[in-house]
Amino acid sequence: MMKYNYLTIEQLHQKLINKEISVEELVNESKQLAKDLQEKCNVFDYMIENPEIKEVNDNLLSGIPYGVKANYSTKGILSTASSNTLKDYVPFFDATSIVNLNKANAIIAQKTAMDEFGMGGTGTTARTGIIKNPWDHTRMCAGSSAGSAASVAYGVYPYALGSDSGDSIRKPAAYCGVVGYKPTYGMISRYGLFAYASSLDHCGVFTRSVKDAAIVVDNMKGLDPKDMTTWDSSNINLYESINGDIKNKKLCYIKEICDINNYPNATDELKKHLENFHNVIDKVRKDNIIIDEISVDEKLLATVASVYNIIAFAEATSNMSNLTGIIFGPAGSGASVTEQMKDHRTKGFSPLIKRRFVIGSYVLQRENQDRYFKNAQRVRRLIVEKWKNIFKDYDAIILPVSSGPAKKFDDKSIIDGPTKILEEHLQIGNFGGFPSITIPCGFVNDLPVGLNITGNIFDDANVLNIAYAIESKMEYKNQIVKEVK
Amino acid sequence: MENLHVVIGLEMHCELKSNSKVFSDGRNAYSDTANINVSPVDMAFPGILPVVNKYCVEEAIKMASILHCQIPDVMIFDRKNYYYPDLPKGYQITQCSKPVGINGYLEYDSGNKIKRAIIHDIHLEEDSASLDHLNNTSIIDYNRAGVPLLEVVTEPCFNCAKDAVSFLENMIKIYQYTNISDADTKRGQVRCDVNVSLANEKGEYVTPRSETKNVNSLGNIFATINYEEKRQREAYFNHSEELVQETRRFDEDTQTTIRMRTKVDAIDYKYFIEPNIPPFKIEKEMVDKIVNDIPELPLSRKQRYLNEYKLTEEDANTLIKNKDLSDYYDECIKIGIDKQIASNWVTVNILGELNKSNISIKDFYITPNYLKQITDNILNNNISSKQAKEIFAKSILENKEPNTYIKDNTQLSDESYLRDLIVSIINNNLAQKEAYLNGKTNLFDYFVGQVMKETKGKANPVITKKLLRDLLNK
Repeated sequence: MMKYNYLTIEQLHQKLINKEISVEELVNESKQLAKDLQEKCNVFDYMIENPEIKEVNDNLLSGIPYGVKANYSTKGILSTASSNTLKDYVPFFDATSIVNLNKANAIIAQKTAMDEFGMGGTGTTARTGIIKNPWDHTRMCAGSSAGSAASVAYGVYPYALGSDSGDSIRKPAAYCGVVGYKPTYGMISRYGLFAYASSLDHCGVFTRSVKDAAIVVDNMKGLDPKDMTTWDSSNINLYESINGDIKNKKLCYIKEICDINNYPNATDELKKHLENFHNVIDKVRKDNIIIDEISVDEKLLATVASVYNIIAFAEATSNMSNLTGIIFGPAGSGASVTEQMKDHRTKGFSPLIKRRFVIGSYVLQRENQDRYFKNAQRVRRLIVEKWKNIFKDYDAIILPVSSGPAKKFDDKSIIDGPTKILEEHLQIGNFGGFPSITIPCGFVNDLPVGLNITGNIFDDANVLNIAYAIESKMEYKNQIVKEVK
Repeated sequence: MENLHVVIGLEMHCELKSNSKVFSDGRNAYSDTANINVSPVDMAFPGILPVVNKYCVEEAIKMASILHCQIPDVMIFDRKNYYYPDLPKGYQITQCSKPVGINGYLEYDSGNKIKRAIIHDIHLEEDSASLDHLNNTSIIDYNRAGVPLLEVVTEPCFNCAKDAVSFLENMIKIYQYTNISDADTKRGQVRCDVNVSLANEKGEYVTPRSETKNVNSLGNIFATINYEEKRQREAYFNHSEELVQETRRFDEDTQTTIRMRTKVDAIDYKYFIEPNIPPFKIEKEMVDKIVNDIPELPLSRKQRYLNEYKLTEEDANTLIKNKDLSDYYDECIKIGIDKQIASNWVTVNILGELNKSNISIKDFYITPNYLKQITDNILNNNISSKQAKEIFAKSILENKEPNTYIKDNTQLSDESYLRDLIVSIINNNLAQKEAYLNGKTNLFDYFVGQVMKETKGKANPVITKKLLRDLLNK
């Protein structure tokens, strides 16, 4: 029935230019798919009735609809970050990345649901309810960009924007069988992205192919006078630098993460996942590319999750202090201003966020700050240095994402256990601001799994080219959800 | 009875003059209309980010070097986290880990004695919104949110209220001289936190420090210190209350201070480095350039007036009251007016005129060069000092330069002098005389011109013409 949902951006653009399809048809099909998906999986925070139709021009993105995560500021369109504290918030300005996509004549089609303010890795804390994985409705999409991942996997549009502070693009991409790319910190402006943890937050994108990811980020990126952490990437054209030639490139994977012997109680899914990963690597090696096994101190790896939690939660508790219901958001009630702010926050936030605020406050307290927050920053630097040293010898690090395919909602083993490092290593990409991309790399029990490629800062073109070459060795490019359950 | 003295430390906040706010492109301007100079950043809408105003950083470096502070090699900002309705982000961006200046001092003038204040640090930060509490409602004006503030923190280095206030007066003058701030206390551009405790003769503190927040005029600061001294003395000697380290506020109606919170309830501001502002290098060349642009400061001018120019303390104080007046005076000296004479004219006649007409020296008609026309003629005995005052007044009234009137007052009307002069001119121009007598009557003007030239225009024209007519036709 659907005619276009499997097409790449290049193919859609060609059809639009050739007038084989109209923008209206494309938008209508997108709307229909979104309605279906919403009924099945509850992936949207706000569904746009009549997306603004735009003209097709030379830009590859012109006239093509896309999804936007609910934590991007979109002028005139409800932007809630999936939080009740912003349930009625309609911004009066666009995020810089949205401004840039507007210039490309791209069409905002939907606002996707997410874990509240980007916090949480399950897609279960949105104000609109849990977000289901379109491959298997008993499983999660991971988070926080769950709605964006699910809707791209379902083919609602060729791409959707996400944000990534720990793995919020790159893990849901794996669980939903799509590409998830977070470029180097500062390549895309964060102005208008609702802050979670400023030193870790990245804008990024979900697509169904590496090339599409390159096209979208080319249009989102750029130096922004409103974001002091952006840098000038005008000499980088990701799309044009993809040529598939990765001869003599050097990759490595980390033994302590990838060796099945490190997981004595490995589940069947984990075994299959790692086996698949090694098979993919062997296949890629035949292409004159070097993939070494390297070793990293397990003690250092064991710190990743705590370092992330401390820094992210500390920054979050401060970043979200603007949510008081005084200037925007539903006003709280109470006899004093303090009572009103308390009421707004008590009613507005989910328990998970409150827990994180408590931890964030605790680690910043005068008597705790050195022991927790500052130590976490020190260890963060150690890890980043270690990774930068690896990048002296290797173009990129290639690792499996998560400990298997999407988890069941009732799986209690999500956070703890010996597979913790498999679940958390993507956060290193945020510690260093490294360019990092997840691509689908196969199936475990008919559910998609992914692998991740991470390179040194500013080396986005190289990372994407490697990802493209590896993607081309496999048959998961442009895949659309095949419902299991 | 134990001999105690008061020890005072100050935290002086001063609003910077700049086009835009310190971390946003919102306009930095005082306005009676609420909420018109506001950008989304100032109101902390979701997704906003701070962008440092480079100009404000330069002004902060300027003040740091005036205060003889060490300036760090990188600029870093910190977040000070607390909830208050006038603080939209829920944190203030300020400097804590690396202030723009530390460990400085300032020599200031108190009761005509030079004293030294020790500066703990100076830092750049943003102001909060302003709150107004009405009967049963409060209103918020975000015009002030994000306005650049410089906070100067002194060590507890003042031993009387007069010194503390003198220091602030000196600081205000410096802000005005450097154009960093208008430092207008009436518009709330200067606010102080005042720390007071008592010490014994050995310099040991005998009472815990009280910090009175946000006192907004020099008079109130003076009253705060005196009240706190009195309160702490009474508590210490008469045990009227138990003293604790605490934060207080000044109550203008009763001229007393009132407890806000004690140290036990002190807020933990959970400072940490602002992650959205990457650390940036302060280049030495940049600092050098800024230091070069600092004008001579009031205290240095005063000492020059006293020691080199031998003016009286009173006159020197009057001249440095504002930079434009002092600049005017210095210009007078530069073009050669006598130092004492210039001082008299500026402090008496000119200031009197300015006060009378309520204009600033910059708009004053009599420039230093015009003033010199008057003073030179007094020195040359061309005019009396009484005449000088008349010329001064007339010149202002009619907007004509003083020389216009001086010529009229000093015409050469001495007939015998003019006669001798004309005779010699005619004898040197016999050919012209003959041509004139032969009918070239327009040569008469030639002779008038020669006389004017010789007398620098001062010859009385009526007498000159009469004499010329007589002598040429002889």
